[in-house]
Amino acid sequence: MKLFRGSSANPGQPAPARPAGQRLTRRSSGLAEVTKLLTSEETLCVLDLGSTSAANIRYLTERGHKIYSEDLLDASTDSALVIEDELGKPTLDSRLFLKENLVYPGTQFDVVLFWNLADYMDESLVKPVIGRLWSLIRPGGVLLAFFHTREAGPDSPCYRFHIVNNDTLEMQLIEARREGRPATATGFQLQRVFNNRHIENLFRDFSSIKFFLARDNIREVLVVR
Amino acid sequence: MDASKTTDFAHIGRSVVVKGELSGSEDLFIDGQVEGTIELRGNSLTIGPHGQVKANVNAKDVTVQGKLEGNIQASQRAELKKTAVAVGDIVKQRVAIEEGAYFKGKVDIQREASKPEGQATGK
Repeated sequence: MKLFRGSSANPGQPAPARPAGQRLTRRSSGLAEVTKLLTSEETLCVLDLGSTSAANIRYLTERGHKIYSEDLLDASTDSALVIEDELGKPTLDSRLFLKENLVYPGTQFDVVLFWNLADYMDESLVKPVIGRLWSLIRPGGVLLAFFHTREAGPDSPCYRFHIVNNDTLEMQLIEARREGRPATATGFQLQRVFNNRHIENLFRDFSSIKFFLARDNIREVLVVR
Repeated sequence: MDASKTTDFAHIGRSVVVKGELSGSEDLFIDGQVEGTIELRGNSLTIGPHGQVKANVNAKDVTVQGKLEGNIQASQRAELKKTAVAVGDIVKQRVAIEEGAYFKGKVDIQREASKPEGQATGK
């Protein structure tokens, strides 16, 4: 696994500025697979772990599904989570994080939209979060995740995803945190790049995994519980 | 509804703190702090931009501009404005969430028997 923590391939050359609120559209093969499930079942339970998206809520509720929304990346910036590891280095308390987040007693999800969280979330949280999600997804349920390839580079901006239609997503740059909420000064930085083996290891408890390589240096992954 | 410009409603101002059960038969605008339960079954509730509410809410229409921690049961419509920070479940027939609003919880659209088409809206 290649770590990007705070580093840049070309430190002297900042990433090209992108206008705040800029939106890009991309086709998503993974979403197309998820859509087949969404249109074939009557009422599904969907968990969206990205930033609050009115578009996603509308898209899913119009099709009769229940949607749960939880901004996991935002929650991971809570300063109360910061502890020191055995070497005295700052890390995040995954137990406390999972005590306050991803808590759905009695609920099993058919679909989890995990988006690109694994690439931007602190490393200490990634495996515990995937483990919790495994227990929250019903057998046969699916999880959609996006991973950057190494070619994407360390300055790849963090986007939130809005569902446009069955196989199209709109990507919106995540801006600075709002006042009064746990915050980093600006957006989120790519923490690492997972290769296929790392991804397979991350989801080893799931029953199957399917990769879709996109043109924009993103690997879409659809895993089945 | 721009509740701040109407006069036909009760108003809980910024400096007011209420703990307990709130119920009534007129529209309510909250810009202060409320903790408990709010029952306005036939009327509208607006949580203003400075409002901080920790309560389960039952009203005809619910509009959130400030902070709400609790479940929303709206018989007609619930709306989260862009400044809203809402943590809880929403059960209603119509929901509108402005871009920029923060929401953590469940949205469960209750469909009217006579209107099988979904009425969920998002801005």
